[in-house]
Amino acid sequence: MATNGKPRLAVYKLSSCAGCQLQILNLEDVLLDIAGAVEIAHFPMASRQMLSGPYDIGFVEGAVTEPEEINKVKEARRDCRVLVALGSCAAFGGLPSLKNRWPQWEVERRVYPRPELIHSVAARPVGAYVRVDAILRGCPIDPDEFLELVKAVLIGVRPRLNAHSLCLECRLQEVGCLFDKSGSGCMGPITAGGCGALCPGLGRACEGCRGPAEGANLAGFARLLAAKGYPRQRIVDHFQKYAGAEPAMVATATALAWEEAQG
Amino acid sequence: MSEPLLQPAGQASGQSAEQPAGQSPGQHAGRAAGAGTVHDVLPQPRREVRVDYLARVEGEGRLVITLKDRKVEKLVLDIFEPPRFFQGFLVGRHYSEVPEIVSRICGICPVSHQLTALQALEVALGVTVSEETRMLRRLLAVAQTFQSHVLHVYMLALPDYLGYPSVLEMAREESLRPAVERALRLKKLANDLTALVGGRAVHPVTAVVGGFTTVPGRDEVREAQRRLDEVEDDVWKTLRLVAGLELPQLRRGDMEQVALFHPQEYPVNDGELRSTRGLVATAATYRAAIEERQVPHSFALYSWVRGRGPFLVGPLARVNLNFPRLTLEARQAAEELGWEFPTDNPFASIRARALEIQYCWQESRRLLQWYLNRLGELVASSMRERVKPQPVNVRAGQGAAVTEAPRGLLYHAYRLGRDGRVEEADIVSPTAHNVANIQKDLEVFVQDLLDQPEDITDDELALKSEMLVRSYDPCISCSVHFLQTDIRRH
Repeated sequence: MATNGKPRLAVYKLSSCAGCQLQILNLEDVLLDIAGAVEIAHFPMASRQMLSGPYDIGFVEGAVTEPEEINKVKEARRDCRVLVALGSCAAFGGLPSLKNRWPQWEVERRVYPRPELIHSVAARPVGAYVRVDAILRGCPIDPDEFLELVKAVLIGVRPRLNAHSLCLECRLQEVGCLFDKSGSGCMGPITAGGCGALCPGLGRACEGCRGPAEGANLAGFARLLAAKGYPRQRIVDHFQKYAGAEPAMVATATALAWEEAQG
Repeated sequence: MSEPLLQPAGQASGQSAEQPAGQSPGQHAGRAAGAGTVHDVLPQPRREVRVDYLARVEGEGRLVITLKDRKVEKLVLDIFEPPRFFQGFLVGRHYSEVPEIVSRICGICPVSHQLTALQALEVALGVTVSEETRMLRRLLAVAQTFQSHVLHVYMLALPDYLGYPSVLEMAREESLRPAVERALRLKKLANDLTALVGGRAVHPVTAVVGGFTTVPGRDEVREAQRRLDEVEDDVWKTLRLVAGLELPQLRRGDMEQVALFHPQEYPVNDGELRSTRGLVATAATYRAAIEERQVPHSFALYSWVRGRGPFLVGPLARVNLNFPRLTLEARQAAEELGWEFPTDNPFASIRARALEIQYCWQESRRLLQWYLNRLGELVASSMRERVKPQPVNVRAGQGAAVTEAPRGLLYHAYRLGRDGRVEEADIVSPTAHNVANIQKDLEVFVQDLLDQPEDITDDELALKSEMLVRSYDPCISCSVHFLQTDIRRH
């Protein structure tokens, strides 16, 4: 606890787009209340004042893609009583994990004329290096879930963060099923809800940005999509996306890619 | 970062240029490599100031300034934001995923990356879009620029001018609280406008190749109009607030500025490239006009006008090149406030942003009214048909597009294979366009500060340099394909 008695909050950035940090600043209605309830000790995107640890709650945005970032998450773990993976990059590797399907050197050569100056490693979630106490899913995070987590930490209770299938939320909101619609490739059945079925409600199939739902049968789902005539390579694409460094997703994608290669 | 924010390590009489072990060896080696060997440096009193992590910008970077005898010896803009490889991992992905993937280049300007990619892909695939789609895309982009500029003016730039570390500390002052609340009100409205068209403010989901998956309803649009009417006073107060700021001065005189130009409208998603030094180009000829270089200390590629040098993009370049196409009210306000355009003082960017906030506010109202009128002309449910993507005839092809993102010119180009998958992607963000120019500005600006008769403290020098960098509103995550400030004095 800080000298003024308020819990101290830190926000760290790894390889990421800063969209999840922006979602914190996008809590316009309660931002000043949050700033009143906690001490924002380290949040470089918002403040020039950077106070050293320890912190009561730390949020890490982004995937680990560099040796220096491995040290950064270890320092964050050391300095934070509660450490939270902020968004799908930190939780599952996120879109940075798209590069994991090729050897690192090949990806580097495509972008940089002198790849020898680049020192990058396969994208991994924060939890691959240190224990995390909670994950906030989504690309970007849902601001209300962030608030739920902060409130829970403030009053010392377990946050209500569900990982049920997205399908439940489509049913509750009476959104017509996009999975049944041929050719949509909706990832809803195996994807964790909590977004209120935002995309399907807007006529867009779920892309799986919140990572796998609890107890999802990934391989069974992949077979079902294939049986519906969805191109196998597109299924592999879906599995190698927002949760592309999540072990069960990697295993399914690898098996699918192998089947595709066998014809 | 384990280092303190400011670390004066002054040595009254440096006996040797050899630094003690453990004193930023990396910096030391980097400087030695650039300036001959360390033994070339004569024993001089040395001061060193370090700022490790530039705050209130998007992404990670630092600035390393080495000073000797009140001269800038070396100045390096160092981007340590990790390389992100979007152009690398887009290869092999299906075209339909591209807008969604490139959105994740930047959480602050996802709309710009989506729309630029969409336009480039539509060229490659021979897809045309309806007037309704074009107008909704313009609204989406204008709403995002509105949000981004409010965020920058109030939350990223203003604390420097008023002497606070962040907007949150400003909010604790009774006298400043109304301004902070105004910022939050405007920001929320701009975000809600983005969400009205895009489904959500960060990484919107409705814009796809050929159109939109859904359209805003009449009642939501009327509600947005009502809220826009309510904030008119907030918009004008923003201009007056910016008018009250004393801007630092930097006049380089040789700065080229590049922005899109469109004869009928203030440039957003359409137009051709123009510059203050006669450059004319289109998306298709962009690569013949602009080149990139990789520099060893940075993961960002440096952008140059071929055969000339660095250039500035962004709100200042846009206003300078397109002042007549701002709203009449914005132009009159600029005149009343005594704001001169064109100008090449990069600190005047905040004035350009304020004018664009007024533009975005008024343009959103115009576009919403246009949309309502159009809804009135069409039979019910046919608006959705007007923006509905038509089946795409997948083919090999290539396409490029340029748009004006909140931070300036954005370029996307793709080559697709016969299976509709990306064979090559080329993306240059506004900050990538600006990095070389920021470097050049800093070299002149820091020297100007050192040439003043009164001594400037390291703290002040660091702050002023940071303010210059922040005036560009750099989006470092975008440019990685940039800031820590480190001032060394001999």
